[in-house]
Amino acid sequence: MHRHPDLHLAPHESSDLGTAPGSAPGSGARAFRVGVGGPVGSGKTALVAALCRTLGPTLELAVVTNDIYTTEDADFLRRSGAVAPERVAAVETGCCPHTAVRDDITANLDAVEELEARWSPLDLVLVESGGDNLTMTFSRGLVDVQLFVIDVAGGDKVPRKGGPGVTTSDLLVVNKTDLADRVGADLSVMARDADRMRTGAPVAFTSLTQDPAATAVAAWLTAARQAWRTRAAAPVA
Amino acid sequence: MTSLPSALLLLADSRLPAGGHAHSGGLAAAVADGAVHDERTLAAFLSGRLRTAGLVASAAAARAAALVVSGPSAADTLDELDAELDARTPSPAARAASRAQGRGLLRAASAAWPSPVHALLGPRPHAPCALGGAAVAAGAGPAEAATLAALASVTGPASAAVRLLGLDPLGVTRRLAGLAADVDAVAAQGARCADLDVPLPAASAPLLDLLAQAHARADVRLFAS
Repeated sequence: MHRHPDLHLAPHESSDLGTAPGSAPGSGARAFRVGVGGPVGSGKTALVAALCRTLGPTLELAVVTNDIYTTEDADFLRRSGAVAPERVAAVETGCCPHTAVRDDITANLDAVEELEARWSPLDLVLVESGGDNLTMTFSRGLVDVQLFVIDVAGGDKVPRKGGPGVTTSDLLVVNKTDLADRVGADLSVMARDADRMRTGAPVAFTSLTQDPAATAVAAWLTAARQAWRTRAAAPVA
Repeated sequence: MTSLPSALLLLADSRLPAGGHAHSGGLAAAVADGAVHDERTLAAFLSGRLRTAGLVASAAAARAAALVVSGPSAADTLDELDAELDARTPSPAARAASRAQGRGLLRAASAAWPSPVHALLGPRPHAPCALGGAAVAAGAGPAEAATLAALASVTGPASAAVRLLGLDPLGVTRRLAGLAADVDAVAAQGARCADLDVPLPAASAPLLDLLAQAHARADVRLFAS
């Protein structure tokens, strides 16, 4: 797989971890919650399936999907065999995928809490947003960290265009690097722009056809979860 | 007019994060069915919904607001109200939608206005019960709860129509403004149920129940209800 030369496999230092309501992070009462957002067709669902396959053997996990208008993503995940069908919940978003993960997170919180209650204790809940635009971000009330997934076929100018998804996500995933030559995308330009727009926050270049395990993203998530647990265990200053 | 309490305006604000944005109150199914396709048919849908589901919700919200002020001694009567709403909501999908919205409202109101009244309602109250409790927690009473419930019975579907049909939002707002007198009349009727001796209305809309079930079975679903 291609990797950004400066890929840091540590969570973004400025992440505001553990502000989700309900219970203290890392207390064992709730799972580490991870948002996976990004434009339509960038590979969010395939990435979620890959993370389930890679992390499933060691972590108790569940998935919430925010399908735009059908349960297609949820059905894909259930059929993929990467995660038990009963561990996938789908929520409807009323034509506004970003509203459901940012402005009004009620339905997603309900879905996460129901999965946590049913499969207690869960280690990890992946919340996949519906495909949206570059302004997509998750509420810190819903997730502890968030990934933003773009793909090289969407054009190598996307990192330069910025937007909250590109600039503020904890990990930017540039997917489908195997297509770069075919679509005339320059990965070094994407890496340089992403670095500049994100002032050095981590970026992972992935190709799920070449690395179906999404190794770099899984490693980053594992480190991020460990940092979240450590932070929760630390005495309150 | 005396000044309005801002807490009540916050409770009425459609931006309150209580999960309502993903519910269309049967409007999405009515659009799929072709029954609602423009401003005129939307106005007819809203008018019908206000006088049926809206009236029942308004009355139940007023009743809940009147009951929660009594504290734990109201538990049995609140259970009864909950059962009365189940009985007035024949569609299982509509009952589930009401409880999902009730839970969302309970979560938002508990965060905004901490109060012992929320705990009286259980984890998944019907939406009007949660609204009655929220109104009291926000410093209001049955009359205000009745108005909020009546208004919410039309604003949610109207917003869904703007999103689903691309209707002119200014035109839809004009239709809503035109319904104001009707909303107030329904709310006044609903508010009478703050008196426990006044029977809860049972205005039914069989088509709304059928639409709720059709929506739950649909392959393509943008809204939760």
